[in-house]
Amino acid sequence: MILINKKWIWFSLSGILIIASILMLFFWKLNLGLDFKGGSLVEIEFIKTKDIKINEINKILNEFKIESFQVQKSGDNSVFIKAKSISKDQLESIEKQMEERIGDLNEKKYENVGPTVSKDLAQKAYWSLALASIFIILYIAYAFRKVPKPANSFAFGVCAVIALVHDAIILLGFFVFLGKYYGVEIDSLFITAVLTVIGYSVHDTIVIFDRIRENLIKYSENSFDKNIIDSLYQTLDRSITTSFTVIIVLAALLVFGGESIKWFVVALFVGTIIGTYSSIFVASQLLSVWHNKIIKNSNVS
Amino acid sequence: MKSLWIKLIFILILLGVAIWIDLPNGFNNVGIKKQPKIIKGLDLVGGVHIAYEADMKDVVVENRDAAMSSLVNVIDKRINSLGVAEPIIQSRKYGDKYGIIVELPGVKDINQAIKMIGKTALLEFKEMTEKGEWQKTNLTGRDLQKADVSSNQQTGEPVVSLKFNNEGAKKFGEITKKNLQKPLAIFLDNEMISAPTVQAEISTGEAIIEGQFSIEDAKNLSIQLNAGALPVPIKIAEQRNVGATLGNDSIQKSLLAGAIGLFLVIIFMIFLYRLPGLIASLALAFYGILIFAIFKISSITPWGITLTLAGLAGFILSVGMAVDANILIFERAKEEYREGKNIFDSYLIGFDRAWSSIRDSNSSSIITGLILFWFGTGSIRGFALVLIIGVIISMFTAITVSRTLLLLITKSRLIKYKFLFALNRKKVNK
Repeated sequence: MILINKKWIWFSLSGILIIASILMLFFWKLNLGLDFKGGSLVEIEFIKTKDIKINEINKILNEFKIESFQVQKSGDNSVFIKAKSISKDQLESIEKQMEERIGDLNEKKYENVGPTVSKDLAQKAYWSLALASIFIILYIAYAFRKVPKPANSFAFGVCAVIALVHDAIILLGFFVFLGKYYGVEIDSLFITAVLTVIGYSVHDTIVIFDRIRENLIKYSENSFDKNIIDSLYQTLDRSITTSFTVIIVLAALLVFGGESIKWFVVALFVGTIIGTYSSIFVASQLLSVWHNKIIKNSNVS
Repeated sequence: MKSLWIKLIFILILLGVAIWIDLPNGFNNVGIKKQPKIIKGLDLVGGVHIAYEADMKDVVVENRDAAMSSLVNVIDKRINSLGVAEPIIQSRKYGDKYGIIVELPGVKDINQAIKMIGKTALLEFKEMTEKGEWQKTNLTGRDLQKADVSSNQQTGEPVVSLKFNNEGAKKFGEITKKNLQKPLAIFLDNEMISAPTVQAEISTGEAIIEGQFSIEDAKNLSIQLNAGALPVPIKIAEQRNVGATLGNDSIQKSLLAGAIGLFLVIIFMIFLYRLPGLIASLALAFYGILIFAIFKISSITPWGITLTLAGLAGFILSVGMAVDANILIFERAKEEYREGKNIFDSYLIGFDRAWSSIRDSNSSSIITGLILFWFGTGSIRGFALVLIIGVIISMFTAITVSRTLLLLITKSRLIKYKFLFALNRKKVNK
């Protein structure tokens, strides 16, 4: 575990992951689902027919002049239809045609999302995240105001938020990858997952910062770096145990949970690992870089 | 010591009340009409979610908020007349746009519902300009007091009779005065229904719509007008029908998975920390019982909490934090014991030292939760609400249940069996 103090190894690793994630976000882009893009999604189950004629469905949709649609089989006897827009009235006539030409059916799901709603969802998520970050910095700066000089309580807040952004970007990057190769779509539940990961990341970071604060006060004779490394070792058991318990729950959800939350749980799973990692190797180590800079500057002046 | 016993009694009473609420038939016969129960969101029970966009171009900016609240009222009345149980009707504003969200859980035949909601029944009176075009007057369905079905005295055809309120009567008087011997058209949902010629100034505030209605049509129209015309036209911006089976399947599986996960956590905690691990598990069970009770009891207050998949995510996160509080205390106690303190002091001090990290980390979660709740929409709000409640309750269980039980046990005779505590004085290698 000697690697804990090799901060440049971890910075390089994080740097590579972040650059890769940003490049993927930029070039491949997130595979946005209905919630963000707007559009229609219909899931139809055919009750008697096992042999679903996708061609026939395509034909019917063309007859109704549905724009840019896509038909996908799901399971044995269900299909997903995605399209730019299918109104409920249109869908009813389409279903009538399908019943006549293919067989009895059951509409399992119908979603139709307009562009204003979807734009609003993303915008509100961004803004609340930005605002939450500012308040986290302010709160930590306040909660850690007693750290002895020249350590700066503001630095604690900023480092925690940098770790938070780090986690969010890598998680997004990971889902760009999943979207590209496994067709995973980003929905509003994914936003919740990102928020959960961010909440966990900050929580985890603050626990370690709390120990750093305590050691800085208790062992003021030690160097700042030593106090940080000591704190990391002292909280390591707890970090591992806690993330392990969270991962147990998520693993159970992944194995036994419903299909509808699968990717959501994957996001939490990956996020928990990144969040634990970043508290130890990013937030705390950045703190020491920041601190050394302060000392250098004060020596110069 | 005495205060610990008092706390234990308090905990047991609270536990008893929570269990009583949680029981299927709990919290009945207390003189409250409403039955408490967990309110499940659409993604869990199925139903329909519709987001409407309100067209505000004809409403001046100052009146828009008022128009929205009356829009919510009207839609609420219409849905209630359909007998849908527990509908959710919320207005919301995004940018300069206004919208309404309607959620009807468990509704099977939704088309009827959607048709009823969407009927704007926008009643307008238009006068003719000199160029021969119809021009809006300031008299609309908003000025209506009552609409009724009656019949034309000469032809016997069904008509809809209107009675305006005071202001409407005044407006109607002015309009009829101004348009004597000219046509005055009645428009419903931008469609002209009739355009009689004004024969005399009418100041009684009564009018009749003739439109070759069937009795059925006239009745429906009067119901719509009475339920209140929508003050602004709306259109569907988003619609989601969630099949009940899909919802049911996912909740059943996810609940089972959650239970398995929690069970594994309990085994892991007991394996790792032994007796304190068992106490943490009890605290966790207490936490679950309390949260469930709060969710259930909230349903009889105006602030009912709706449980959704996003809410379950918030719950998982808060469970993680609740377990973490215990782990923090135990790990700290381990350290204190290593430094030579006795078991009781190790836990007492371990708790005090761990408290600042529990407090600070959870406070930041609450702050994040509050901001998300304030600014977020739909599922994000559900997530935030559960997170806030979960974190507050988890801090409470850490302070009360974990601490009280731990200190009582370390004061008891069980302390003789050191292996129960998984503590040792070996220095760890760094």
